[in-house]
Amino acid sequence: MDFDLMFTSFPKLLGATVVTLKLLSVSLFFGLFLGLLFAILRLNKNILINKFAYGYSYVFRGTPLLVQIFIIYFGLGQIEYLRSTFLWVILKEPYWCAIIAFTLNTGAYTSEILRSAFQTIKPGIIEAGKSLGITNKIIFYKIQIPIAIRQSLPAYGNEIILMMKGTSLASTVTLMDLTGVAKYIISTTFKPIEVFIVAGGIYLFMTFIIHNLIKYLEKKYSFQQ
Amino acid sequence: MELLAFGKTGWGDELFYATLMTIAVSVTAMLIGFVFALIFTPLKLSKYKSLNLIGNFYTTVIRGVPELLVIYLFFFGGSGAIMYVASIFGYFEYIEINAFITGSMAIGIISGAYSTEVFRGAIQSIDKGQFEAAKVLGVGKFAQFYKIILPQMLRLAIPNLSNVWQITLKDTSLISVTGLVEIMRQSYIAAGSTRDPLFFYSFAAVLYLLLTYLSMKLINRLEARYSRGY
Repeated sequence: MDFDLMFTSFPKLLGATVVTLKLLSVSLFFGLFLGLLFAILRLNKNILINKFAYGYSYVFRGTPLLVQIFIIYFGLGQIEYLRSTFLWVILKEPYWCAIIAFTLNTGAYTSEILRSAFQTIKPGIIEAGKSLGITNKIIFYKIQIPIAIRQSLPAYGNEIILMMKGTSLASTVTLMDLTGVAKYIISTTFKPIEVFIVAGGIYLFMTFIIHNLIKYLEKKYSFQQ
Repeated sequence: MELLAFGKTGWGDELFYATLMTIAVSVTAMLIGFVFALIFTPLKLSKYKSLNLIGNFYTTVIRGVPELLVIYLFFFGGSGAIMYVASIFGYFEYIEINAFITGSMAIGIISGAYSTEVFRGAIQSIDKGQFEAAKVLGVGKFAQFYKIILPQMLRLAIPNLSNVWQITLKDTSLISVTGLVEIMRQSYIAAGSTRDPLFFYSFAAVLYLLLTYLSMKLINRLEARYSRGY
């Protein structure tokens, strides 16, 4: 055990954790909106819209995240037309490519979580709203969405943790996130176990925080008060 | 389409073998995972706190740390660990382990953590009466597990195990960082030499979709088989 290495690499890894957290929070933020949008599309009665939303979630949940990042980072740059548009400013940066891939990925999982939450809302609640003369729009925004979000908290907590682990793939497109820096230190010092303990410890700590945060939110917004 | 031709002109045969490699790694990893689950599920269900702690440590650490980090640990630490063990027995030459073995071990350990959770959940949801009835009838421990608990457990576990299989299949794409030529690595090579990454990575995505689709079909049949009588 090389404790010196563990001490010296800790600040470097902690600095890289900021990159990981940035990637995670930005993609979760956009992913939540995307997920909500596609969950609503899934509930649409129009078969074409429905199938489109299903196809989106099927493709992004059925392929590895690594493929998605590579298609966006290496693949899209190949299209000549894209290079001439303003999109190229975004797509040439590995940071934004990673964010786009993560957002699309977490959006697909989130849409499934929210869809099943919408479907488990008891019809009686919606009927009660209707009988009180509340308009459909307000029922949707003020009753269905809050209930669905509460219902999906436990599953969404898992998704946050999965996504946190997913951000480690950013290191494959040259970003120096926690895993990227850990790999760099391992490959220069050849002390994999020490670095793994420190980097893994930081990841576990973040998992612990997220887990407890979700538990707290579940308790705070529980139906039995 | 010429890019996918078989033989020397295209990448068809290479990608075909790479797909077989992905399947081989996934199956091996899943089986290694079952072995780990077989060891750690009893620990998690044990009466003894200290054994519980070991089981929980395994599943929490593996499920809380990115797969890629675990793979790097095995990739960089694997041969070192084997050489250390070998040095105890008096062998000091350099030992290099095959990328297939390192990769399957790393993914297997990850898959095992998920399988352990699935088995634990399945066993816990079997009615206590079943254990007691078996005991009263004088069924031996071995027969009790294989003839009474296992068939009921499998029915409950198969839907969740199919999720674990999907996760394992997708995780194998990460082994490409160690240089094992599976779908992802082969696409990387092909994309590099033809300068057509969009086509090859999209094709890799199609291959993965095909694999997940076909395995879902297969698992649904298994599920129907094990839920006969329900």
